[in-house]
Amino acid sequence: MEAKVEDRPAARVETPAVPKESGDAAPAALGELKMKAKDVNLWYGQKQALFDVNLEIFDQSVTALIGPSGCGKSTFLRCLNRMNDVIDICRVEGDIRLEGQDIYAPQVDPVQLRARVGMVFQKPNPFPKSIYENVAYAPRLHGLCANKTELDEVVETSLIKAGLWEEVKDRLDQPGTGLSGGQQQRLCIARAISVNPEVLLMDEPCSALDPIATATIETLIDELKENLCIAIVTHSMQQAARVSQRTAFFHLGKLVEVDETSTIFTNPTDQRTQDYVTGRFG
Amino acid sequence: MSSLTILAILAVAGIVAFFIGRMRSIQVCGGRQRNLHSRPSYYGYYLAILTALPAVILLAVWSVAERPVTKYVAMQELPPTVLQGTDAEKALTMSVVDSIAQGLPKLGPEEYEVLRKARFGFVTSSDARDVLAKHGVVLGSDPDRSLLAAADELASARATSRLWLPIACFGLAALGFFWGYTRIRPELRSRNIVERVMRSGLFLASTVAVLTTVGIVLSVLFETIHFFQFVSPMDYFFGTVWDPRFATVGKAEGQFGLLPLLWGTLFISAVALLVAVPVGLFAAIYMSEYAGSKVRAFAKPVLEILAGIPTIVYGFFALSVFGPLLRDIGGNIGLDISASSVLTAGIVMGVMIIPFVSSLSDDIINAVPQSLREGSYGLGATQSETIKKVVLPAALPGIVGAVLLAASRAIGETMIVVLAAGIAANLTLNPLEPVTTITVKIVSQLTGDLEFNSPQTLVAFALGLTLFVITLGLNVYALYIVRKYREQYE
Repeated sequence: MEAKVEDRPAARVETPAVPKESGDAAPAALGELKMKAKDVNLWYGQKQALFDVNLEIFDQSVTALIGPSGCGKSTFLRCLNRMNDVIDICRVEGDIRLEGQDIYAPQVDPVQLRARVGMVFQKPNPFPKSIYENVAYAPRLHGLCANKTELDEVVETSLIKAGLWEEVKDRLDQPGTGLSGGQQQRLCIARAISVNPEVLLMDEPCSALDPIATATIETLIDELKENLCIAIVTHSMQQAARVSQRTAFFHLGKLVEVDETSTIFTNPTDQRTQDYVTGRFG
Repeated sequence: MSSLTILAILAVAGIVAFFIGRMRSIQVCGGRQRNLHSRPSYYGYYLAILTALPAVILLAVWSVAERPVTKYVAMQELPPTVLQGTDAEKALTMSVVDSIAQGLPKLGPEEYEVLRKARFGFVTSSDARDVLAKHGVVLGSDPDRSLLAAADELASARATSRLWLPIACFGLAALGFFWGYTRIRPELRSRNIVERVMRSGLFLASTVAVLTTVGIVLSVLFETIHFFQFVSPMDYFFGTVWDPRFATVGKAEGQFGLLPLLWGTLFISAVALLVAVPVGLFAAIYMSEYAGSKVRAFAKPVLEILAGIPTIVYGFFALSVFGPLLRDIGGNIGLDISASSVLTAGIVMGVMIIPFVSSLSDDIINAVPQSLREGSYGLGATQSETIKKVVLPAALPGIVGAVLLAASRAIGETMIVVLAAGIAANLTLNPLEPVTTITVKIVSQLTGDLEFNSPQTLVAFALGLTLFVITLGLNVYALYIVRKYREQYE
């Protein structure tokens, strides 16, 4: 038994995924500490979904949250911009700080927080408006642009950053819902970065996409992390290995282990992590 | 034995046949059900259908045909002078015959003998009249011999029919049962047969609905064409005066201008929508976006109770409470408001259609995917910003559809306006004056003494058709919009 466990990571995960990242994306690539969660507990009604989660997320890097379905990784992600506030029966305890400030403090307006901590969802959810209006939505809402020219500029920059500009620049007035799945997801990313958030939360952004669209998004994540702090939930361990610098493994609502991505995939401390990344359960 | 009893017995027979059929199928396959083509209960249904269905159809046909057939038999006895008379005279004679025939079974043997004698002229018909009067059949004059003959034939034809109906039904049921029973074999494809019968039944049901609609439209259409033989369409569609006079003249003496009625209808509906759309829409937004589950569980049913109140109740609420109230308020601030006015009818009707707007809008707003709301919240939008800029625009086509459906409901509404809007056909812009609507005029033209050959009555059909076309158009347009909207998310 033991011998087999040792065999499989080497054969399946380590070789294809890790070398590129582990080689040159070493600890030095991380920026400074951006968000810090301490002893986070969360309940849906009577049922506890998160148990004492402690996690640090660093700037200018990608932190991947992995774990089997229902392990609480998406729930935790949604704590980081207080998206769980929308759910009536959800109750959060613990301390989550963005640059040292408690985001659950009473004086913090979740609406303003969400402008700083953007989010991209599992299923592309463009608004039933034109491509332009989709991207211009948030800047307009927050009054970021004084006039139409500035707004045009913001829309263009966001679309360029999201790698969608070339494909849609001639049809900005067409509905965003008419784009392909991958394009829609990039539109949602453009929409999310249009307000220059400091943190971008991505909840399985590629799970509804084909491999080519996934590759495009992954490249995009790699570029975006130069100026952003990104936390991404993913079910694909290859994806976690490809895009992230740090990986956190969740299991049954607990954070089991968090470390350098290469360490998690090659030399995890915890047996459960080992089992999961080698595909023995989950 | 009454038809209802026969029906009940056939139903029981069908249920029994079901169990026998199922048992038989298990029997013929020797207990190995996998050798059966269909599941055993399909053989049960098969036998039940064969037993009950033909007999029930026979019962239905017989019940419908009994009256005309027996009536035809009786009419053979009547003298040609009666048969050549007008329809009204024939109907009068037949009703006398019918009442005598209904008295006949109550007579004792000797009394019936008197009647037989009277029929063939051995005693006077006044004797027969006396006998009948004893049993509650009172005749205005001594009955003619032919009448007695007709009644006698009618009664005996009915008796024969009553005797043979159960025999025929049960015989057919037994026949179907035994034939079906012998046909049950493992290779009988009973499931296919049962499902074909089911499908025919469902098809029949939808055909009835469609044919009824077509029938109604056609009958209204023909009467309308009839109406336009008296009054020119130009005068009807573009006339500004509604003054039909009385039906006694029988000619197009009055004026049948549609416009005042159409205007009244649209005016009241517009007022109703002005009340219902904001209130209903805001209620729907509150219900779907803000209300907690407890409030929602309580408030939504209460709001929908409004839709369950009969409109006549709204009507007399408007007439007895709201109209006078509005008039008094108007009097206090120096406005002259009639007790029955556009405003009264419109506001009460608006209250009536609030649930239509709110309930439909609520469903439509709920159908907007949660992911759109989260996308908007995720960008730092507040709840009201999200509703204004994302949810409502996404739901707008559906809401428009809901409003149009409510509008067609308002246009077709009758009882509230009959009681609250008045009957004066005014072309006025003043909401404080009474107007009248198409529906009100249909009611008033069709109540009282009717002469179906006068334009005064026929105009009701033209009005009905006009109304139908308007609401049909609105409904079709509303459904088109709603369907177009649905395509976006499904």
